[in-house]
Amino acid sequence: MSGRARVLRWAIPLAVVPVLVLLAYGFRTDPRVIPSPLVGKPASPFALTTFDGKPISLESLRGQVVVVNFWASWCIPACYDEAPSLERAWQTYRDRGVVLVGVNIQDKEEPARRFLDRFKHTFPNAPDPSGRVSVDYGVYGVPETFFIDRQGRVRFKQVGAVTDEIVKRHVETLLAEPA
Amino acid sequence: MSRALAAVLLLIVALGAGSPLAAAPVSEEVVNEVAAQLRCVVCQSLSVADSPSETAHQMKAIVRERLAAGESPEQVKAYFVEKYGLWILLAPPRQGFNLLVWVVPFVGLAAGLVLVVVLTRRWSRRAASAPVVARPDAAMRERILREMAEREP
Repeated sequence: MSGRARVLRWAIPLAVVPVLVLLAYGFRTDPRVIPSPLVGKPASPFALTTFDGKPISLESLRGQVVVVNFWASWCIPACYDEAPSLERAWQTYRDRGVVLVGVNIQDKEEPARRFLDRFKHTFPNAPDPSGRVSVDYGVYGVPETFFIDRQGRVRFKQVGAVTDEIVKRHVETLLAEPA
Repeated sequence: MSRALAAVLLLIVALGAGSPLAAAPVSEEVVNEVAAQLRCVVCQSLSVADSPSETAHQMKAIVRERLAAGESPEQVKAYFVEKYGLWILLAPPRQGFNLLVWVVPFVGLAAGLVLVVVLTRRWSRRAASAPVVARPDAAMRERILREMAEREP
């Protein structure tokens, strides 16, 4: 057997290796998990009017830890699962310099109000009828929750329902940082 | 005095209307062109231009609004990329790791063509250089004839 033929005999099976590496990489990543480019960046300012008719803007909350939760009344079960945790977080942290803001997206007013009544949410909640805020935050589904530090930077993003533990972990981390 | 003021105001209004930044009419063609390159975030592999969903309509409205404010199509796309990452673009940009997607199919095709050419040339050469059966010489011919004659009954 000539030297060239011997090389070919090895080269052909070895050519499979890069393909296997690529497949191994591809199958280990979840195509639905899309890292947000916003984490670490300044949070986009927003100015909305709550369901109670009060203005709320990110600018007015500067210096506080802000938790922005995007939700919809048709988002079953995730938004319903996390709703009690959000109200509990508000009750726990409102006196410690933490503000919760609910942003209702891709929804109608009536069912959204029913949702708020059902869970007796007392933190500010505002609709985003034009979808501008949700695009500014790169939201692609509900629920998504952003944790913003006192300097106004997005620090964590939770895709899917939050739990008491998740809220506590992120909020405590941001509260522990020097103001 | 008031007439001069009115003239100045009129001039400002005229200049404002003439400037390209003041709500220039945006052609729906350009809006659709940009929307067609953006992924509808609530759909499966549909562009913002093709999806009938409310979210896609909202995204399209944002595209229209930004173009009307004087942004270029590239700037509008850059805004969505800034918020969603490159994922928002239906076609990955031709740079970095994503370049593989654009290059590998053509490299594979070219390599296959080269392989086919090389192999067919090698096979045809081998067929041409294969040893031709030598013409039997006189002695051999005589022997063949003799043996054939012997076999005749």
